[in-house]
Amino acid sequence: MGSVVEISGVVKRFGTVTALDGLDFEVAAGEVHGFLGPNGSGKSTTLRLLLGLLRANAGSIRVLGLDPWRDVAVLHRRLAYVPGDVALWPNLTGGEVIDLLGRLQGGQDPARRDRLLQLFELDPGKKARTYSKGNRQKVALVAALSTDAELFLLDEPTSGLDPLMEDTFRGCIRELRSEGRTVLLSSHILSEAEALSDRVSIIRAGRVVETGPLQQLRHLTRTSVTADVEAVPPGLDLLPGVHDVVITNHRINAQVEPAGLTHLMQALTAAGLQSLTSQPPTLEDLFLRHYGAGNEADRAGVTGRGQGISGPVGSSGRRPGNA
Amino acid sequence: MRETFAGTGTLVRLGLRRDRWLLPAWIAGFALVTYSTAEASAGLYPDVGSRVEAATALNATASMVALFGRIYDPASLGALSLIKYTAFMTAVLAALMVVLTIRHTRADEESGRLELLGGGRLGRDAPLAAALAISFGASLVLGLLSAAALAGGGLPGSGSLAFGLGWAATGMAYSAVAGVAAQLTASARGATGLSIGVIAVTYALRAVGDLAEPGPSVLSWLSPIGWNQQIRAFAGDRWWVLALPLALAVVLVPASLALRGRRDLGAGLRAERPGPVRGSLSGVWDLAVRLQLRVWAAWAAAFVIFGVVVGSLVGNVAQFLSSPNAQDLIRMLGGPQALNDAFLAAEISIMGLLAAAYGVSAASHLRSEEAAGHTEALLATATTRSRWASSHYGAALAGVALLMLLSGLSIGFGAAWVLADSSQISRATVAALAQIPAAWLITSTVLAVFGWAPRLTAAAWGLLLGFVALGEFGVLWNAPQWLMDLSPFRHSPLLPVGSGSVSELAGLTAVAALISAAGYLGWRRRDLAA
Repeated sequence: MGSVVEISGVVKRFGTVTALDGLDFEVAAGEVHGFLGPNGSGKSTTLRLLLGLLRANAGSIRVLGLDPWRDVAVLHRRLAYVPGDVALWPNLTGGEVIDLLGRLQGGQDPARRDRLLQLFELDPGKKARTYSKGNRQKVALVAALSTDAELFLLDEPTSGLDPLMEDTFRGCIRELRSEGRTVLLSSHILSEAEALSDRVSIIRAGRVVETGPLQQLRHLTRTSVTADVEAVPPGLDLLPGVHDVVITNHRINAQVEPAGLTHLMQALTAAGLQSLTSQPPTLEDLFLRHYGAGNEADRAGVTGRGQGISGPVGSSGRRPGNA
Repeated sequence: MRETFAGTGTLVRLGLRRDRWLLPAWIAGFALVTYSTAEASAGLYPDVGSRVEAATALNATASMVALFGRIYDPASLGALSLIKYTAFMTAVLAALMVVLTIRHTRADEESGRLELLGGGRLGRDAPLAAALAISFGASLVLGLLSAAALAGGGLPGSGSLAFGLGWAATGMAYSAVAGVAAQLTASARGATGLSIGVIAVTYALRAVGDLAEPGPSVLSWLSPIGWNQQIRAFAGDRWWVLALPLALAVVLVPASLALRGRRDLGAGLRAERPGPVRGSLSGVWDLAVRLQLRVWAAWAAAFVIFGVVVGSLVGNVAQFLSSPNAQDLIRMLGGPQALNDAFLAAEISIMGLLAAAYGVSAASHLRSEEAAGHTEALLATATTRSRWASSHYGAALAGVALLMLLSGLSIGFGAAWVLADSSQISRATVAALAQIPAAWLITSTVLAVFGWAPRLTAAAWGLLLGFVALGEFGVLWNAPQWLMDLSPFRHSPLLPVGSGSVSELAGLTAVAALISAAGYLGWRRRDLAA
C-alpha cells in the first residue's frame, strides 16, 4: 500500500525556536498510526503543517499525494481533523457546529452523525458555552467522524473524555480501520496508542526518534520477569542482557533484553522453577527511554523508576536503522 | 475584610500588570489632548470679544448644542475651548472605562481565566471588586492628570480641577454601569454592547435636553454625561454636581455585587436556553453574518434614531441663529438653504466616521476568531483562507454600506419631515452613500494589518482615532498638510454642500481594494497564529 502522509526533512521555526528539526515519517494507507510524544515535542505543529495551517521552513510534505499548502480545498474534502484544543463558538449549539463543519468539509453522513451523537451521549441542543471540556471534545469528534474522509488527523482526541467514552472512541477508530480509512492519532496517552495503533512514531524535540510496528519497537525494550525458584543460582546479574536483578528470598526479579531471555530461562530452569510471570514491555518503556534518557533535568524524576536507562541501543535521539 | 473579597489585592496587581501599556497610554493620551487644547486656546481666542462671539454662535447652532452641549459662560476661555470635551470626549472616556471593566470581569470569566484563579484562595466578589478598583483608580488618575494638564496649559486652576474631577467621577459612574452589565449577560461582547448602549442613550438624553429653551431640561439631568456638563467647569464650577455621578457609583457597586451573589461563575442572570439540534448555517458566510448580525442590528437602530433626530433638527438651525451677527453669517453662507445643507453635510460626515468605527469592529472578527481557535477548525475543512477572510471582511463592508444607507434615509426622512420637502430624502441618502468608500478604506486596513501582523490588528483603531483626531484638531495642532491629506475622510465629498466627485470616490475605493489585496496576500502566506 502507498503512503498517505509523507514528511521528509521538515523544519519549522517560530522565531528563534525550532519546533520541528528535520522531521521524517510516513503513514501508510489504511493504517492507524500512533504519533507519540510528550507535551511540546511538536505533535500539534506537525498536524497543523499537514493541514496547511502552518508553512514549513524546509523539507517536503505530501498528504494524499497533494501539497497541503497549495491544494487546500481539494485535500481537505478528503480529510477530517480534530484539533488538540477544541474551541467552539459560545453561542452556537453543538448540533449547529457539527452540521456547519460537516457541510464545510463537503460530506457528512446524517445517519452516522445521529448514531455518533447517541454513542457519545452528546446533547446537540445545548449552547457550546455550557459544554464541559469533554463535551466540547465530543462535538469535534462527532463532526470529524461523521464525515466520509479518507484520512483522519486526530490531535489528542480523547483529552477530557471519561474512560467509558474513551472506549467508545476506540470502537470508532477500529471501525474506521475496518473500512480501510487511514488515521493519524497523536497522543501522549500510551495505552490508547498501544490499543489502537498498527504502527507508532515517537517524536521528541521535533524529530522522530523511533518508528515502526509495536512488535518491532518492543524489541528495543526489556521484558520484566519475576520467578520463584528452589535455590537462587549465583551470578544471574552477570548473564548477558539481564539487568536490575533483585533477589528477595526465593524470588527473582529482573529486566531482560530479548537477547538475554534464553540465558535467563536456562539458568532459572536449572534452579528449579516454581512460578514465572513476565510482563511484555509497554509503550511506557519506549517513552521513558526516549525522553527519559535525555539530559533534561526536569525529567530526571520520571527516569528514576527502576527502568533501565542505559539501554542497549544507546542514547536516544539517534534513529534506529529500521526507521 | 469579608471572605468573599479575598484575593482582591492580588487581582488588582495582576490587572495592572496586564494593562501596564494600555492604561498609561490611554491616560497619557487624554492628558496630552487636554494640554494641547488648553495651550492653543489662548492664541485662538485672544480677547473676550472673540470668545463671546464664538460662544454665542456655538450656543445658537442646534447641531453643535446637540453634539457638544452649551457654553454657560460665553466670556470663559476654558468653557469655550473645552466645549468638545465635556460631552463628546467624556463619552469616549466612559467607553474606555467600560472596556477596561468588562475586560477584567466578564471577558476573563468567559475565557475561563477566572476559573483557573478561582481554584486558589479567591473570594467570589474579588474579581468584580478588583476590576472596579482598577477602573476607579484609572478614572481618578486620568482626571487629576488632565486637571494638571489644563492648569499647566494656562487655564484657571479651580476650573481645571473641577473639569478633571468631573471626568474622574463620570469615569467611575460608567465603570459601575459596566460592573452591573457584566453580571447580566453571559458574554463579554453582550456586556460591552449593553454598557455602550447605556452611554449612547445617556448621550442622546442630554442632547435632547440641552436643546430645550432656555436652558437644559430635566432630560439632561437624567444623564451622567449631562451631569458632567452641568458641573460647568470654568463657568461657575458647581462642585456639588460631582456628588451625582459619585452617588450613582455608590448605588451601583453594591447592586453589581448583589447580582454577582445571585448567579454562578460563567452564567448570566438568565439561564441558558437550549438551541436548535440541527444547524442551518450553510457556510462561512452564514457564520460571519450570524456572528456579526446582533451587533450590527444595535448599530443600525442607533443610526436610525440618531439620523431621524439629527435630520429633524435641520429646520431649527436658522431659527436658533437670530443675532444680527449670525444672520450676516447666514447670508454670507448663501441663505438658510445653504445653512441647512452645511448642517446636513456635517452630520453625515460624522455618521461616516461612526460607520468606519463599526467597520473596524466588525472586521476585527478576523483576528478574534483566529485567536479563539475557531479559524483553525474552519480552515481544516474545505474552506480556503481567502474565502474565510472574505466572509468577515465582506460582511463588515456590507454592514458599513447598509449603515450609511440607513443613516442617509433616516436623516433625509427627518429633514424632509421638518422642511416638508421630500427631495431631502434622496439628497441626504446620496450624501451618506458618498461616505462609504472612506469608511471601507478604514475597514480594509484591519484586513491588511491582520494579514501581516495579526497580533497588531487593534492598531487599526489607532489609525482611525488618529484620522479623527487630525480632522478635529489638525488645524489647531498646525499639522502639516500632507499629514492631514492622508485621512481618507478628507477626500470624501461633503454632500449635499459641494458637488460630488465620482473620481474621488473611485480613488478611495481603489485604495481600499489595494489595501485589502495586500491583506489577502499576507494572510495567504503566513502561519495561523494563536
